Amino acid sequence: MGDDKRKGTLGAIPLLKTKAGPRDKELWPQRLSEELQALIAYTEHNKTSDNDWFRLESNEEGTRWFGKCWFILDLLKYEFEIEFDIPVTYPTTAPEIAIPELDGKTAKMYRGGKICLSDHFKPLWGRNVPKFGIAHAMALGLGPWLAVEVPDLIEKGIIHYKEKTST
Amino acid sequence: MSNLEGKSTQELIALVQSLEKELAAERSSKNHVRPKIAVMTSEVVDSNPYSRLMALKRMGIVENYEKIRTFSVAVVGVGGVGSVTAEMLTRCGIGKLILFDYDKVELANMNRLFFQPHQAGLSKVEAASHTLSLINPDVDIECNNYDITTVANFDKFLDTLKTGGLQGGPVDIVLSCVDNYEARVAVNTACNELNIEWFESGVAENAVSGHIQLLIPGETACFVCAPPLMVASGVDEKSIKKEGVCAASLPTTMGIIAGFLVQNTLKKLLEFGDVTPYLGYIALKDFFPTMTLKPNPTCDDPYCRKRQQEFQSRPKKQVREDAKEEEAVVHDDNDWGITLVDETPAEDSSGGKDALLRSQWHQEAPQASAPPVEAESVVSGGDDVKSLMKRLKELNQS
Repeated sequence: MGDDKRKGTLGAIPLLKTKAGPRDKELWPQRLSEELQALIAYTEHNKTSDNDWFRLESNEEGTRWFGKCWFILDLLKYEFEIEFDIPVTYPTTAPEIAIPELDGKTAKMYRGGKICLSDHFKPLWGRNVPKFGIAHAMALGLGPWLAVEVPDLIEKGIIHYKEKTST
Repeated sequence: MSNLEGKSTQELIALVQSLEKELAAERSSKNHVRPKIAVMTSEVVDSNPYSRLMALKRMGIVENYEKIRTFSVAVVGVGGVGSVTAEMLTRCGIGKLILFDYDKVELANMNRLFFQPHQAGLSKVEAASHTLSLINPDVDIECNNYDITTVANFDKFLDTLKTGGLQGGPVDIVLSCVDNYEARVAVNTACNELNIEWFESGVAENAVSGHIQLLIPGETACFVCAPPLMVASGVDEKSIKKEGVCAASLPTTMGIIAGFLVQNTLKKLLEFGDVTPYLGYIALKDFFPTMTLKPNPTCDDPYCRKRQQEFQSRPKKQVREDAKEEEAVVHDDNDWGITLVDETPAEDSSGGKDALLRSQWHQEAPQASAPPVEAESVVSGGDDVKSLMKRLKELNQS
């Protein structure tokens, strides 16, 4: 989620075309297919540019997503579980990505651990409906949030490095 | 604790009696629930909780106040604005209140009205319903403890609004008192689909401005017609490096907005006065802009466009003609040649107000030009979802 590389990263995520939410029985599979293609392209780009930073998968309907993301600071890897629902108002409104384990640990979070995206991401999303999808929410929403919040939380001693048995 | 073993039987009896008395007093103070009242009367006695409300009829303000008992109101979001809104409607003797919220009461909410510290940890709808039914047991209160924006819950939400009326039909009005864009769009979607009138309310994150807005599907702008204030430019990481909390709040601003919301709801339901289509409150200047927002014919919401067509094809409502022209006062003699002069400063009545209004909206015309983000490729959703999910999973494991 490198800051200087973002322009290139954004170019690597294909834009979406179908404006459909999960209540739209006919068009949702098409939108979901576009979402998955964009996520695959973005994940592949991250891997080839040595910037792999999250895993994401969904339920069968593509309405609930979960996985993990990680942030590396001073050669230490900090990993967090992430989850979110696709709201009925999607894609007019962006998905609200949550990191439940950080709930209550930072002010830049809403109830249930939903990260605060109001200022830096939601306006951008609003101007790019329906072209932006989940991959964009990761790259432009969660990515910058982690880059700002995690170092701050580590510095304040609120989160600590945990030895992981597996990655 | 005093030592009971050394006490005589008589002393123990006295002790038990005094404790029983204390317990009875404590119980009665906690459970002082008045019996239900079958019919609202305007009888002026201390024990009638409706006498001051029914006096509105005598004063010529409301024609039929008792009608309030026939209305069912949905309050979505029982936070700083919603809880006070629910309390006001309860005290007004509304027929039915349907509450929606999935949050819990927290000590961090105590800078606002209504909830009390001992309720921390309870669900907001549960805590509110308990307090409200003590205040007025005549009100039928229904609690819904879930997030309305998820796919699973939205249908339940629609169904509740559709059947929540006191005669089995839809609710009479929906009051949105939520604190986020997603939930507002969800309420908007539901009300456009079900053709239910609703009020939007909000208090700014900086706690010093707020607004209420009446949304009549097809007749006034829906929430998606006029995109809300989404104008932050580009992605700047510094913009999220805000110190302190995401949102500030004041009991004053929230109470004022709840007051405006319920006042206009009462005017709408009981048909008195004029209902303001949009009323803003800018606390720092004590400025209250009002305006009317017309629906957008190219609105993104298909149901909004449908309601607009329906509205266009309906005959226009007759404007009530009971507002008599004020008669000009003509004096028989005017020996001194006294005339009235307009003393309003020129800039105050024209540019000043508009400029202030504009500065509150900070809204630029939506850009019709090229998208702000360039991307090299566009996907189209032809591929099979299952095989794509498998590919993503494989990629995740590699």
